[in-house]
Amino acid sequence: MTATISPLSEVTRSDAALRTFLHGLPGVDRVGADARAAGLGTRSIKTTAKAWAIDLAIRMVDLTTLEGADTPGKVRALCAKARRPDPADPSCPPVAAICVYPSMVPTAAEALRGSGIHLASVATAFPSGQAPLKVKLDDTRAAVAAGADEIDMVISRGAFLAGRYLEVFEEITAIKEACGKAHLKVILETGELVTYDNVRRASWLAMLAGGDFIKTSTGKVSPAATLPVTLIMLEAVRDFLDTTGRKVGVKPAGGIRTTKDAIKYLVMVNEIAGDGWLDPDWFRFGASTLLNDLLMQRTKLATGHYSGPDYFTLD
Amino acid sequence: MPSKKDAAAARTTTGAAAPARLAVRKTYKLFIGGAFPRSESGRTYVVADSKGQFVANAAQASRKDARDAVLAARAAFGKWSGATAYNKGQVIYRVAEMLEGRRGEFAALEVPESELDEAIDRLVWYAGWTDKIAQVAGGANPVAGPYFNISSPEPSGVVAVVAPSSPALLGLVSVIAPVIATGNTVIVISDAPRVAITLAEVLATSDVPGGVVNILTGSAAEMGPWLASHSDVNGLDLTGVADAKLALELEQAAAETLKRVRRPAAVDWSADPGLAPMTAYLETKTVWHPKGL
Repeated sequence: MTATISPLSEVTRSDAALRTFLHGLPGVDRVGADARAAGLGTRSIKTTAKAWAIDLAIRMVDLTTLEGADTPGKVRALCAKARRPDPADPSCPPVAAICVYPSMVPTAAEALRGSGIHLASVATAFPSGQAPLKVKLDDTRAAVAAGADEIDMVISRGAFLAGRYLEVFEEITAIKEACGKAHLKVILETGELVTYDNVRRASWLAMLAGGDFIKTSTGKVSPAATLPVTLIMLEAVRDFLDTTGRKVGVKPAGGIRTTKDAIKYLVMVNEIAGDGWLDPDWFRFGASTLLNDLLMQRTKLATGHYSGPDYFTLD
Repeated sequence: MPSKKDAAAARTTTGAAAPARLAVRKTYKLFIGGAFPRSESGRTYVVADSKGQFVANAAQASRKDARDAVLAARAAFGKWSGATAYNKGQVIYRVAEMLEGRRGEFAALEVPESELDEAIDRLVWYAGWTDKIAQVAGGANPVAGPYFNISSPEPSGVVAVVAPSSPALLGLVSVIAPVIATGNTVIVISDAPRVAITLAEVLATSDVPGGVVNILTGSAAEMGPWLASHSDVNGLDLTGVADAKLALELEQAAAETLKRVRRPAAVDWSADPGLAPMTAYLETKTVWHPKGL
């Protein structure tokens, strides 16, 4: 978005203005949001629509490994899986991206070269975000320099919950600058934000600060992604597009393990944000085990009999 | 304030006729993962007694119940196959104990006394086999080299079984016990719902971990093909399939994923079952280990 005069350009001028704006956002009706999300989860998606949804969901997966025990070998195996999720079926699309720790970025960059698959790296002292800004910026620059074209940052929940919104805003702005051309996904860690109102505020804050994606969770905190929280974030990106003309993506991450869950999310994307978001550029799933379930369901639809985990790689 | 007990006593002493009790009838549901859910499809079918009179509605399982049962059986497999043979024997013996305690219930379901005895004895027999089958089906092999060479029988995994409809109890016990005695987990299709689900209640109260035995009541012709072609099912027992055409179809579907299939000819249920029901779902693991320096 160009720096045209917009009603929002004023709100980030001072801590007080930002607080007034964020607290002026309409409150979230918790019961209503839960009921709406549960209602959308009951849609029945079958046969050709299901096949389409499964292929789309595979293309939206950010195949993730974020363990202390990650090795270059494991990351290479994951990259091979990202290129060809189902080696037995050439019609199976590749996933959207690989998501790893910064130390694994060089390995992954080499393994993904020429595939068109994005390479995301978590940064900014993931998953807690409890580090000085300088360390976070260096972390980000190192990941980008090593070849990551997407950065998943965590916000300082401590500062956010204490009401120091401008501090969070400036931090995201600084990281966005450090990203250069890389896309920035801002992890709100909704499991630590306590209320749905806070989720809405954090979403707007991250979008105002220039985030290209807003992401629910690190996957290290329970609850991770839930349907109602994603619903609130989808409403936020929809309203943000209406207000500013800039489109922001959404990425639920953590806890989405089955095809049934993934399809519920896709239904919600279509109903809340609109079909403009039904695209890997604008909606992603942060997941690891989800992919195997998608592949098993895909095989079931193609062959007519139930598939089993023995026929797919473990990670 | 008078307690309920006082009130009840007062009612009796006043001599007023106590209202007739509402009949409490049992709902025959499925047995999946240690729980008793209704069929996902919501379907039921009518069970009649030997005189053709209505006795109960039983849940009619669907292919999705079968799919859920496979998930439950797979989840239970790791722990059950890893349990010690001694422990498995104790658990199966415990099933015999519980069955002994519920003789009355099975008698009410028209299970003859002699069949009940045989069913209990068969459980005890298989309980004894759990820690002996490894010696009989495996062993140390003489090899021409400086190696120890040891073969040990390992469970295949998840086994789908079509139970015979008659003799209901003895038939059911005779197909379940050998499969779980060797460390497999099992999904049983039975069309004798009252006996099958009453046996499920016995299993649920006898330390058999949830998911080790799953019982689906309904049609083998409906669920059989889904289980026979399911990639996460490792074995298929067609003992209860009377229809030769269906049995052939199931065998062919099972061949696609290289399942171990057992389809015995006419079975004499009172005779010694031998080792075949147990060895059918065992695979031999052979280990070569260097000997000496």
